[in-house]
Amino acid sequence: MTAAPILSVDDVQVAFPVGGLLARDAILGVAGVSFEVRPGETFALVGESGSGKTTLARAINGLQDISQGAITFEGVRIDGLGRARMKPLRRRMSMMFQDPVGSLSPRMTVGDLVTEPFRIHGHGGRNLRDEAVRLLNLVGLPADFAGRYPHQLSGGQARRVGVARAIALDPALIIADEPTAGLDVSVQGEVLNLLNELRERLGLAMVIITHNLHVVHHVADRMAVMYLGRFVEVGETGTVFAAPRHPYTAALLSANPEPDPDRARDRITLPAEVPSLMSRPSGCEFHTRCPWAQAKCAAMPPPAGDVSCHFPLSPGARPPPREDRP
Amino acid sequence: MSTLSISGLNVHFSTEAGSLHALKDVTFDVPERRIVGIVGESGCGKSTLINAILGLLSDNGEVRSGQILFEGDQDLARLSRGQMQDLRGPRIATVFQDPMGALNPVLSVGRQMINIQYRSPQSRAAKAARAVEMLKLVRIPDAESALGRYPHQFSGGMKQRIAIAMALMMEPALLIADEPTTALDATLEVTTIELLKDLQATIGCSVMFISHHLGVIAELCDDVVVMYAGEVVERGTVRDVFRAPAHPYTRRLLECDPARQSRRTRVLPTIPGEIPDLRQRPRGCVFAPRCLERHAGCDTPQVEHALAGDHRARCNLAPARSPAAVPP
Repeated sequence: MTAAPILSVDDVQVAFPVGGLLARDAILGVAGVSFEVRPGETFALVGESGSGKTTLARAINGLQDISQGAITFEGVRIDGLGRARMKPLRRRMSMMFQDPVGSLSPRMTVGDLVTEPFRIHGHGGRNLRDEAVRLLNLVGLPADFAGRYPHQLSGGQARRVGVARAIALDPALIIADEPTAGLDVSVQGEVLNLLNELRERLGLAMVIITHNLHVVHHVADRMAVMYLGRFVEVGETGTVFAAPRHPYTAALLSANPEPDPDRARDRITLPAEVPSLMSRPSGCEFHTRCPWAQAKCAAMPPPAGDVSCHFPLSPGARPPPREDRP
Repeated sequence: MSTLSISGLNVHFSTEAGSLHALKDVTFDVPERRIVGIVGESGCGKSTLINAILGLLSDNGEVRSGQILFEGDQDLARLSRGQMQDLRGPRIATVFQDPMGALNPVLSVGRQMINIQYRSPQSRAAKAARAVEMLKLVRIPDAESALGRYPHQFSGGMKQRIAIAMALMMEPALLIADEPTTALDATLEVTTIELLKDLQATIGCSVMFISHHLGVIAELCDDVVVMYAGEVVERGTVRDVFRAPAHPYTRRLLECDPARQSRRTRVLPTIPGEIPDLRQRPRGCVFAPRCLERHAGCDTPQVEHALAGDHRARCNLAPARSPAAVPP
């Protein structure tokens, strides 16, 4: 872990204007997050709908302007670069989008789809047909798939084509948005194994966005838990799973139904709904749903650091929910 | 008496490339006041099964043989369109994966909840009161004012709870829930499951709960039916099936669930291969091409073997593996 980070995100905010044409109000989809990813490392962003995971991924990729902070990729500031200057960098940083079939043009064959990156970024005299075969081979699809159309693929096969497109230009970083959403469990493992294998073979760094904690456990080296556009807990995956310190992380982990009817369920149920980004709660933004919130939590923002909580849980001990929640 | 009793159900679709045998000899019960989970991966026939029960098979689909007995006396496979229409809603209600598919975006929630009580002779005020009562039951905060709001003003979890409230408004005998929590976040998923459990106990209906999420099934259901390629490969109580899976497919499916891997691993188990072409079903076991325990006996047609209790599996290795097996 001594290598220089390939990606560093420093106090990034993404603001969306709201209201009419003249209104000056804005909501923060991403409200100041910082993290680093090193070569060969897999970093997972975890959080529920609306927590800002995808917005953050789009900001890193330059598909979304940021309103504050800095994003550095391979030593170069990339925020605010603009389309033209961002283009060459996209060879080094590729994106796998959420909807596997929807992100493939229905009118192109698989062969055209996996070699499309070369047509955009130039192919340096390479034979595209050979490249298509090489890439399909790399993701475990038979060469004759090059002639198929997306509607002839299963969900898992479409994912593999998405992976092939993402690795075509030999990137250093892949950002994968929900790489296993909508896949059957037996196929989900295949896609994750493939990503892990490619990561090892090609030395890729990855940012994986998911709401599936079980997936995170098996693929990520480090993880960050997002809530209302902020990181509430960042750490080594194994440590976070063994002893979550932020109450929201603990609640998320306990909400994971396991296929064992006799398992004792020590579940933390969260009261109320996720607050609106239009009216962020005071103090610690999780206090409206936290089972252990105290008066201080509503009054003061939590300290900065790996766990943003006034009263982090101690490993192995979980106090009973407080009766006197503010 | 079972609320729903399906026996020997065979459904075929006629396609340009020949007849597709989508459901084969499907047999299981949804007993009164129980929650039965149907689990299986894409293409296992879950949707065809729901459509066959609801009488909504597409025009090229046909129930070739078998019975779908509802409340003991009505065979849903033989009812007329009109008779079926009278059952759908008041007696058999459904909740689907996407709540927006069940809610009209341009009508207020109250108006929709009053409208769907069109069969009831009661006054508008009484219907509105009933709507409020149901919204309270599904824990929508501030239920009275919720009636005046539109679907887009609610979060995804609340929309699904409103859809559940609407489905249960007429106190149906059977609720068919098709992946109702799949689109929800983990914390919402567990609250929705707990809500469904409470509602089922309050209303006293039977529930057929379709999901590909084994953890949700384990938590919510009393019984489970495992389907593969249009066949019921294993069924029994959740405890029997999850504790002592007797069919190789069930065992593999459970192994594949990353939640089962408590130790961190970089290589997750998978089930290589694909579901066979249902236009040319193999003569023997339908799972054999992907099975790790394949042997000569797999090439002959498989029968369902009764194991301990109500546990049954369609694999000829099952009796030998289960010590308390009853010979067929």
